[in-house]
Amino acid sequence: MRVLMFGWEFPPHISGGLGTACYGMTRGLAFCGVEVIFVVPKSYGDEDQSSVKLVGASQVPIKRRTYSFSQEKQVGSKSVSTSHALEMTYIEVGSKLLPYLSPEEFQKYSHEHLQRNEVSIQEFDNGFASGTSVLTEEVGTLDFTGKYGPDLMQEVSNYALVSSEIAHEQTFDIIHAHDWLTYPAGIAAKRMSGKPLVVHVHATEFDRSGENYNTIVFDIEKTGMEEADLVITVSNLTRNIVINRYGINPDKVVTVYNAVEPGTESGAEIFEKSVDEKVVTFLGRITYQKGPEYFMEAANKVLKHSNNVRFVMAGSGDLLRRMIRYAAKLGITEKFHFTDFLKGRDVDNMFAISDVYVMPSVSEPFGISPLEAMRSNVPVIISKQSGVSEILKHAIKVDFWDVDAMADAIYGLITYESLPLMFQHYGRDEVNNLRWENAALIIKTQYANLLPSRNKSL
Amino acid sequence: MKNICLYFQLHQPFRLKRYRFFDVGKDHYYYDDYLNKLIMKKVAQRCYIPTNELLYSLLTEFNGQFKVTFSLTGILLDQFELYAPEVIESFKKLAATGHVEFLSETYSHSLAVLGSPDEFKHQVTLHKEKIQSLFGVTPSVFRNTELVYSDTIGEQVSKMGYKAMLAEGAKHVLGWKSPNFLYYNVLDPKLKVLLRNYKLSDDIAFRFSNHSWSEWPLKSEKYLHWLKGSPANEDFVNLFMDYETFGEHQPVESGIHQFLENLVRLIIKDPETGFTLPSEIVESHQSVGPLSVPYPSSWADEERDVSAWLGNEMQKEAFNKLNSVRHLVLQANDPELSKDWGYLQASDHLYYMSTKFFADQAVHNYFNPYNSPYDAFINFMNIVSDFIIRLEKKTKRVVYKGIPIEELSGEPLNDAIEDYEGILKILRQKRGPAIKIADSKIVKSAGAKATVSKSTKKKNF
Repeated sequence: MRVLMFGWEFPPHISGGLGTACYGMTRGLAFCGVEVIFVVPKSYGDEDQSSVKLVGASQVPIKRRTYSFSQEKQVGSKSVSTSHALEMTYIEVGSKLLPYLSPEEFQKYSHEHLQRNEVSIQEFDNGFASGTSVLTEEVGTLDFTGKYGPDLMQEVSNYALVSSEIAHEQTFDIIHAHDWLTYPAGIAAKRMSGKPLVVHVHATEFDRSGENYNTIVFDIEKTGMEEADLVITVSNLTRNIVINRYGINPDKVVTVYNAVEPGTESGAEIFEKSVDEKVVTFLGRITYQKGPEYFMEAANKVLKHSNNVRFVMAGSGDLLRRMIRYAAKLGITEKFHFTDFLKGRDVDNMFAISDVYVMPSVSEPFGISPLEAMRSNVPVIISKQSGVSEILKHAIKVDFWDVDAMADAIYGLITYESLPLMFQHYGRDEVNNLRWENAALIIKTQYANLLPSRNKSL
Repeated sequence: MKNICLYFQLHQPFRLKRYRFFDVGKDHYYYDDYLNKLIMKKVAQRCYIPTNELLYSLLTEFNGQFKVTFSLTGILLDQFELYAPEVIESFKKLAATGHVEFLSETYSHSLAVLGSPDEFKHQVTLHKEKIQSLFGVTPSVFRNTELVYSDTIGEQVSKMGYKAMLAEGAKHVLGWKSPNFLYYNVLDPKLKVLLRNYKLSDDIAFRFSNHSWSEWPLKSEKYLHWLKGSPANEDFVNLFMDYETFGEHQPVESGIHQFLENLVRLIIKDPETGFTLPSEIVESHQSVGPLSVPYPSSWADEERDVSAWLGNEMQKEAFNKLNSVRHLVLQANDPELSKDWGYLQASDHLYYMSTKFFADQAVHNYFNPYNSPYDAFINFMNIVSDFIIRLEKKTKRVVYKGIPIEELSGEPLNDAIEDYEGILKILRQKRGPAIKIADSKIVKSAGAKATVSKSTKKKNF
C-alpha cells in the first residue's frame, strides 16, 4: 500500500503541532508497512540555496529524498533500524505556504517580506530532529504555469497544480491531505489519478477564528471534505464540527486520536530550576484560540493567596502584547513571566522546571502539548474544550472559562503533596501508551476500506 | 431447613459543596445542602418509604416468621432528621414489630478502624447510643463500614463486647470454604463471623434488572430454587445488600419490590425455608472453624479489599491528614468542630478519589458529585485545610512552617526563635519609640495597664 500524502510542514521546520503529528503518523505508517510519499511546501529560506533557484514565473523546484526513520538519536554506521519498511519518500515543493496564517495575515506578511526581499521566518536547521536523510536526489524542476503572488489563495492553488504533476509522476493507492491548505492539492491529485482521497482535519476554520471565520477558507474546507472519500478528525469534538458545521455525512467521518512520540528516557540532562517557587506554565501560541487570558486570571487568583508560585507564559502570538499589558494592569508582573517563542531544547527545559502545565484552550481540536508535559512528569490542567480531554484520564479537566476551577486546580497541585505523585505514577504511563503505531494501524485499516476489494490485501 | 438472613445496609454521606482554596479561612460551612436534600428526598421516596411499608406489612402479616436486619449509619440518621423525618418514624414502626434487628457500626461510616483504634471505639459508641435512643434496642452484632474486616479488626470488635461480626465471603478469604457456615475469629475465638454469600446477594443487588444477564428475568421461584440448592448441611444463607437496591440501584419499574414480596411469601410458604437474624444464628449455631483474614477485606469492587478508599497517594494523604488532627479535635472539645470532624471522616469522600473509578465507573459514579478523582481530592483537601485552621484557632495552636511549635526541636526550633525574635523587634519598632513603653511602665496607673494588656492580647491573634 502506497500513500501520497500532502502536508504543510515537517520537523524541524514546525510552527505548531501539525508537523509533529505528521512526523509521528508517517513514522507509524512506515512501521505498519505503509509506504508514504510525503509532499511538503517549503519556504524559500529553508531551501539549500545552492541547488534551488528562486522561482521564475514558470518553474517550481522539486526536491526528492529518501527519508529514513530511526529510533536512535545518532544513526551511525551500524544502524539497525534503517530497514526498507522504515523509509519514506519526501518531496519538497518550492512554495511559500506558511501555516497558521490567515489569508489577510499572509498578504500582509508577503508584502512586508517581498519588499525586503527576505522570506524565511525561521532559521534553517540542518538534519532532522530524529532520523536522518540518507539519500538526496535532485530531480530537477517541474514545469507548470502558475504564478506566485502575495495571495495565499493563489499559493494554495499553485500547490494544487504542482501536486497534480506529482500525482501524475508517482504511483500510489491513496491520497491523504492534511488540513485545508493541502485540500485543493488532494482534490487535484484525486482528479488526476482517480485514487481515493482522505482528508485529515487537524483544525477547522472555526477553531482558528471562532465565529468570524473566513468564508473562502470555509469553502475550501467544505469542498475538501465533500470530495473526500474519508474524513479523519483528531477528536470527536472536531468530528462534531465537521458533521454539524460543514454538513458532512457522519458515516465517512472517523476519529483517530493523535499520539505522542516516546520521550527520551536517559539522553536529556536534567535542567536545574533556579527559583524556589513552584512554576506554573502556559506554553503555546498566544492567540484567542489558546485562551491565555484565562490562564492569567487564574494566576492572579492564585497569587493573591500564595507566595510560593511563579507563572510563565511561553510562546508568541497576536495577543502577546495585550497579555503583557494585562499582567501589568493586574500588578502581577513580579511573579508572571513571558519567554516569547520557545523551540527545541528550550521547550524541554521549560517542562523540566515546570510543576504544573495549563492548557486553557477555548477550542483545541486535539492539543498534543499536554501529552508532552505528562511525558516529562508534569501534571496538566486542560480545558474540556480540547480533543485531548476525550482520551486523558490523568489530567485535571476544567471549562476554559471557569477561572475559579482553574485556579483551584493550580493551587491544589502546588499545595497538596500527593497530587504530583499521582501524575508521576499514572500520567506518564498513560501517555506512553498513546503510540503512533496504534493510531497508524487504525489509519491503515481505514485505508484498506477505501481500496477496491482486490487490492485490500496489499 | 434453610434459613435466610436478610440484612440491609443504609447510608448516605453529607456531600461536600464546591469549596475553592480562596474560601479557606473564610467559609466554614462545607455541605451541599441542596444536593443532600435532593438525594435524600429522592431515595426516601423511591426506596426507603415504599420498601419499609412493604416490609412492615409482611412483618405484621407473618408475625415472627419473617425477620430482617438493618444497619443505618449515624450520618444517615442525621440526614433523615434534617430532610426526611418520616423515614425515622417508619423505621420506628418496623422496630416496634420486634422482628427487626439493628446492627452496630461507626457513626460516620468511616474507616477509623484503619486509622485510630480510639476513634473507632468512640464512633461505635456514638452510633450505639443513637440507635438506643431512636429504636430502644441495643445491638449485639457488629458490621463495619463496607464490611471491612481483618483478624485484628475482629479482635478489637470482640473486646468492645460484640459476639459476632459481618464480613464479606470473598474468594481470597474463603478459598474452598462455604460462606453458609458460622466461623470464628482466629485471634479471638469468642467473636463469631458471619459471611456474605456474594453470589446470591449480588444476583439481586447488581444483576436483577440487567437484561444482558443470562438469568434475566429473575423470578422469585427460580431464586428460591437457588437458595435451596446449597448442600443439606448448610442451613443458612446470608444475603447482605444495600437497601437502596430496592427502588434505586434496581429501579422501581424493574419490579424489584414485587420480587421481594413474592420471595418472602414463597420462603415462608415453603416448609424447607424460613428467616433468621444474625444474633439468632450466633445463638443457635456452633462455629465450624477459624477464619483467617490477615489483611483487611471488604465487599467493594473485584478486589474485595480496601483499595477503593486507600488505594492511591491522594486517598492516603487525605486520610492521614485528617487523622493527624484528632488530638486537636479532642482538645478543642467544640460541638461544631466535632460534628464536622465526623462528617469529613465518611469513607465516601475517599471513595470519590479512587482512580479505580476509571475501570469500575458504573458503581463508583453512583451519586458521585465530582467529575474526577482529582477534583474530589482538591475539594476535600481545601475543606480539610479550613477545618485545621479552625482547630488551630480554637486550640490556640501556633504553627511554624507547617510544624506545631510544641513539636519543634533542633534546627527548626532555633530558626523559629530567631524568626519570632526578629518579628517581635519589628513589631516593637512599629509601636513607636521606646519612651512610650517606659512611660507605661513608670506611670502605673490602672488605665495605662489596661491599654497595655489589651494591645498584647491583640498581638496574639
